[in-house]
Amino acid sequence: MSKQKLSDEEIARKNMGGSDRVFKTVFTKEMKDAGYTILIPDMLPIHFKLIIKIYEKNGYKMELLQNTSRNVIDEGLKNTHNDACYPALLVIGQFMDALKSGKYDVNKVALVMSQTGGGCRASNYIHLIRKAVAAQFPQVPVISLNFSGLEKNPAFPMTPKIALMLIYAVLYGDMLMLLYNQCRPYELKKGDTDRMLARWQHRLGKLMDKKQYLYPTPIYKAMLRDFASIPRSNVKKPRVGIVGEIYVKYSPLANNDLNEFLISEDCEPNVPGLLDFVMYCASDLLNDKDLYDINTTATKAYKIGYDVLYKFQKQQIKVIKEHGVFQPPHDFEHLRRCADKYIHQGVKMGEGWLITAEMAALAETGTKNIICTQPFGCLPNHIVAKGMSRVIKEAYPDANIVAIDYDPGATKVNQENRIKLMLANAVL
Amino acid sequence: MEKIYSLGIDVGSTTVKTVILDEDTIIYNTYERHFSKVRETVAEQLRTIGRLYPGGKFKVAITGSAGLGIAEACGITFVQEVFSAFTAVNKTYPDADVVVELGGEDAKIIFLTGGVEQRMNGTCAGGTGAFIDQMASLLGVTVDDMNDMSLKATKIYPIASRCGVFAKSDIQPLLNQGAKKEDIAASIFQAVVDQTVSGLAQGRRLQGKVLFLGGPLSFLSGLRKAFVDTLKLDEEHAVFPELAPCFMAYGSALHAQKMGDELTIDEAIDKIVNAKAHDTIVTGKPLFADQKEYREFVERHKQSDLKYENIETYRGDAYLGIDAGSTTTKLVLITPDGKLLYQYYGSNKGQPLDVIASKLEDIYALATDGLNIKASAVTGYGEDLIKAGLGVDYGIVETVAHYKAAAYFCPDVDFIIDIGGQDIKCFKIKNNAIDSIMLNEACSSGCGSFIQTFAQAMGYEIADFARLGLFAKAPVELGSRCTVFMNSSVKQAQKDGASVEDISAGLSSSIIKNAIYKVIRAKSIDELGENIVVQGGTFLNDAVLRSFEMELGRNVIRPAIAGLMGALGCALFAKEKTKNQPDAHSGVLNADQLKEFAYNSFATQCRGCTAHCNLTIIRFNDGHRFVSGNRCEKGAGIKIENKTENMVEYKYNEIKAYAEKKPKNPKAKIGLPLALSFYDLMPYFHTMLYELGFEVVISEESTRDTYYKGQQTIPSDTVCYPAKLTHGHIMSLLEKGVDMIFYPCMSYNIDEGGSDNHYNCPVVAYYPELLRANMPELNERNFKAPYLNITMKKHVSKVVANTFRKYGITQQQVFDVLNKAYTEQKRYRRRIEKKAQEIIAHAREKGQKIIVLAGRPYHIDPEINHGIHKLIASLGFAVITEDSVSNLVDVPPLDVLNQWTYHSRMYRAAEYVCRNEDMQLVQLVSFGCGIDAVTTDEVRAILEERGKLYTQLKIDEITNLGAAKIRLRSLAAALEEKEENKK
Repeated sequence: MSKQKLSDEEIARKNMGGSDRVFKTVFTKEMKDAGYTILIPDMLPIHFKLIIKIYEKNGYKMELLQNTSRNVIDEGLKNTHNDACYPALLVIGQFMDALKSGKYDVNKVALVMSQTGGGCRASNYIHLIRKAVAAQFPQVPVISLNFSGLEKNPAFPMTPKIALMLIYAVLYGDMLMLLYNQCRPYELKKGDTDRMLARWQHRLGKLMDKKQYLYPTPIYKAMLRDFASIPRSNVKKPRVGIVGEIYVKYSPLANNDLNEFLISEDCEPNVPGLLDFVMYCASDLLNDKDLYDINTTATKAYKIGYDVLYKFQKQQIKVIKEHGVFQPPHDFEHLRRCADKYIHQGVKMGEGWLITAEMAALAETGTKNIICTQPFGCLPNHIVAKGMSRVIKEAYPDANIVAIDYDPGATKVNQENRIKLMLANAVL
Repeated sequence: MEKIYSLGIDVGSTTVKTVILDEDTIIYNTYERHFSKVRETVAEQLRTIGRLYPGGKFKVAITGSAGLGIAEACGITFVQEVFSAFTAVNKTYPDADVVVELGGEDAKIIFLTGGVEQRMNGTCAGGTGAFIDQMASLLGVTVDDMNDMSLKATKIYPIASRCGVFAKSDIQPLLNQGAKKEDIAASIFQAVVDQTVSGLAQGRRLQGKVLFLGGPLSFLSGLRKAFVDTLKLDEEHAVFPELAPCFMAYGSALHAQKMGDELTIDEAIDKIVNAKAHDTIVTGKPLFADQKEYREFVERHKQSDLKYENIETYRGDAYLGIDAGSTTTKLVLITPDGKLLYQYYGSNKGQPLDVIASKLEDIYALATDGLNIKASAVTGYGEDLIKAGLGVDYGIVETVAHYKAAAYFCPDVDFIIDIGGQDIKCFKIKNNAIDSIMLNEACSSGCGSFIQTFAQAMGYEIADFARLGLFAKAPVELGSRCTVFMNSSVKQAQKDGASVEDISAGLSSSIIKNAIYKVIRAKSIDELGENIVVQGGTFLNDAVLRSFEMELGRNVIRPAIAGLMGALGCALFAKEKTKNQPDAHSGVLNADQLKEFAYNSFATQCRGCTAHCNLTIIRFNDGHRFVSGNRCEKGAGIKIENKTENMVEYKYNEIKAYAEKKPKNPKAKIGLPLALSFYDLMPYFHTMLYELGFEVVISEESTRDTYYKGQQTIPSDTVCYPAKLTHGHIMSLLEKGVDMIFYPCMSYNIDEGGSDNHYNCPVVAYYPELLRANMPELNERNFKAPYLNITMKKHVSKVVANTFRKYGITQQQVFDVLNKAYTEQKRYRRRIEKKAQEIIAHAREKGQKIIVLAGRPYHIDPEINHGIHKLIASLGFAVITEDSVSNLVDVPPLDVLNQWTYHSRMYRAAEYVCRNEDMQLVQLVSFGCGIDAVTTDEVRAILEERGKLYTQLKIDEITNLGAAKIRLRSLAAALEEKEENKK
């Protein structure tokens, strides 16, 4: 019995699957070598800039899309289903707008999209993107970026090395985001915090070449020192937590630059980090084990991964606490316990129990004003956000939770009005 | 010391209110509509104040939804409106518990005791003052008249309250069916109340002392009554302050005392008039560069016109076509060579029968005695009624009528788009038959009546308003979603200082974008084909037509009688039908008969089955009667022999029947809600519980009342209707006195193979979590929601034993009965599959076509499907369901992640349909189902690749089946045409 060995491209195509109705181009090693530009949608500017650098170090040419014109939304509307959620619409809109902008050689460009593989429809974004792209730019490959082993492609592998680099990018990104949000509202000299952030992004890019990148404690300490050196006022400003669907929560394009808006309204935004979401995904199989007695090799691997991540997080929290100036992120195990008071950790679709837990943890640590951002009609959020506000408010009567829907038709003024209403209440 | 007054200005979405305080005494207040001329109105009010208090000094603060922009622009202190209300209430009614405030476009609730909490209507909102205005204009009365009428009501109809567009599509058919306006008026107010109670309160009860504020509540006694009755408040607990309309202004005046800017009136006027608007409006290109371009445009479209013939002298045959549309009535009379003898286009004033009868009289009065109306046909919402009432010969579906008319002007037409009062209909023509139909869903209308209502709200006639847009210099970009969203876009544009001209042009372009990108969902213009005919009254508006051509980048054909195309199509159809009958004479009432014509209508409820359809019965004075509102033949009093069984009913009865099986000495009564996944897994759970010695009690059959029962505890107003109904089912089980409710959370469903995973959707999977957190009646003892993965026997045994341990159930016991449960679940599926084959065989014997009604298991609930299966059957199809055939084929190749059990069935059902010549698929989609955004496109792709027609029906709490009917009838007509073409 002779078994023909499949080429890398054939393997990738097989893993991608699908029908003949939608033409798909596979991303190949040749494309990588030919210097294809890989476009990545704008979700978390701070983190994604680091991620791009990592891929650059590994021989890929990557670019973060920052097109935000009205045409992005229009392209999204044209190319997605009416009821597709806002993140899908924006990502597709951003891609299509970029491809049509003339800025890129459409014969030498690829798209990359993250995929989680959970029970939320977000796992289908990549397929929606492919459908939209295939209709007009069939030559453009769409690559899946994920940790769950979906659509493996030898030309774009998730090697342990890359995975580790990415995890560090998440840690450093979270740290920078946290420090930025705790400094920026109080800076005495306008622009100090932004300059500091830019400096550190640049520095981290350089550090990636060195072993130091993998030893975070000294880097954290240097970051803390630097940000603490920014002259800041002592005025007390209300802290406003931002939780919600992962894309809308972070992406300035999706949430109409919520972070910036809150700062302009004299608030301190408190945005839980990306690591929480990564750990939430990692804890999935661990919870499945407890709930359904499913114990496979994958469970063991996830357990190891989870423990490593948790160790990283504790290390970060410890350094911040020791430094003593800034408020550290929530301990993930603590988040899990927060969740248990209101909702079961079996709720694992979308951001699942994590949103409930983050709301509770924020309320508990004095961030009583919480904005829950969600795409209009987001399915898991019916349960975990709107569905859980009541019980959280029962536990923290002074918690001030407002759910804001984002969608292409919702106007900024409406959203801002609702937030201002919340802030007015915060004064009471 | 000089006296300083404080002045509060409340700039709302439709009105401006002012209050002046002298110390703590209110010495002046006004309330005035601003017709979107916000600044002018404010300035005018200030001038009046200036005259009354010459030289006075004021501390000023502004509040209100439209006040923010003004305040920011002119630098006067702004106070958030809920905050203002809060302050005013604290001052005047410190013992109030809840404040309900309805404004022009806002609705708010403030809970004052037990944790201060505020609720405002979100992005999807109805039930406000603007909604009431819109409804009144739909009824053709003033708001005050509507109020008086509502007090005489004897009956309340269910009207969707979530959004104005929905409500409209509920009301329109009621009007067309002749329901009493008094009843409708009261139903509209009830809808507003329901919206406030369910949409805003979201799980928090309105109780204690309730304060009602805002314009609508102070001016409309009928609305007040509806609130008081619904909330069961007595006089002491329902407070309607005299100052209610100006309460927010009062609050901001109170704030002004403390923190307002000190100004003279002249200074204030100066600030407001000269305020710089933010330049944040996105604008598009003007519609016409100059008058010349406009004249060319007009000339070009003049070419598509009919010839005219004088009715006063004409002798010979003629054909009558009537389009009884949702808001308008259209009527034409043509000669055999297509010349126009008579035309009418006008509002049906909610009485289509009367309007058409009077136009017929008109025709008879004008015509010579040599006029012979040879045949007549009618289409549109009022089709059945007109046919029955006036003796019109034929009734045809709208899509067919429009195609006939379009082909008359452009025989090679590829694409027709019709924008009417409340529908957008688009269809592609292929091989001389309608190939695919696209209709607007109830939520994204933005059609003709929308622009009309808007024009009226801004104080213009529609024609004038449209004309203003033609030469707008910078049309505003207003987005392309639903009416309510556009409302706030317009509000924002106004705030930013856009002119009426720019807004008018912007609205025209919104309608077009809505049609192209939301209804047609065209990826490129080429998809529409070469020859495009546009029609419908909305296209008579040159601004809309021009926007369409600009968006397409090509010229289209608009017949001069664009608004009458449906009627023309009917006349042409009537002509075709009688072309071989030289002596034909239409049965339409003649002049003498018309004189005798009279009717009366009354409403009742059908007792044919548990659906209890709301029937409107019209009795004509010649004795015959017409019944509408019925979903099946029973309501109309017709009996059908040898009826093919309907799979939906079969399944529903099978599922319910399980509860009849009870053990002799039950250990306890366990309640299972007849909702969501229980419509699929009832056999499994019932068998398991029964075998363990429990009595299974299921909740009541869903009705509208079931929904109301749980309405107050629904925290998310955008979740799907099937989920919302679950709250009522839980209440029903509690009423039935069960010992506990068993409702497991299930991330995973049964693994039927061939899919990437076997999840439930997030809502189905975790709804018990939401119920527990939001229904105060539930607790650890009476509500059990363990996490179950029913694919794993051992795990299920452990969890179930643990759940029922107080009844002494052991893990082994559960394990022992589980096989029976799994077997029963399989047996149930086999029974369905067998029944499906019987139905198919029976249908084939009778030559019936078969429709696979593909949805979710819970779509068999009559309150969810609104009897669509009956409607399909009434059109001559046999109905089977997706799960009755999905196991017969493998999953076809897919371009989506196939990871939900229920959805995977639909892909397989589509594959099965493709393999059977005489089958078609109709997909049922619940509004708000995000996952179906993924599945619908994929199911469509599977079907269309193999030459099948794809039909999607979106359902919500709306009971009106008008749109569904058009789709289904068009489907039937398209199938017929296809067959004709084959011959």
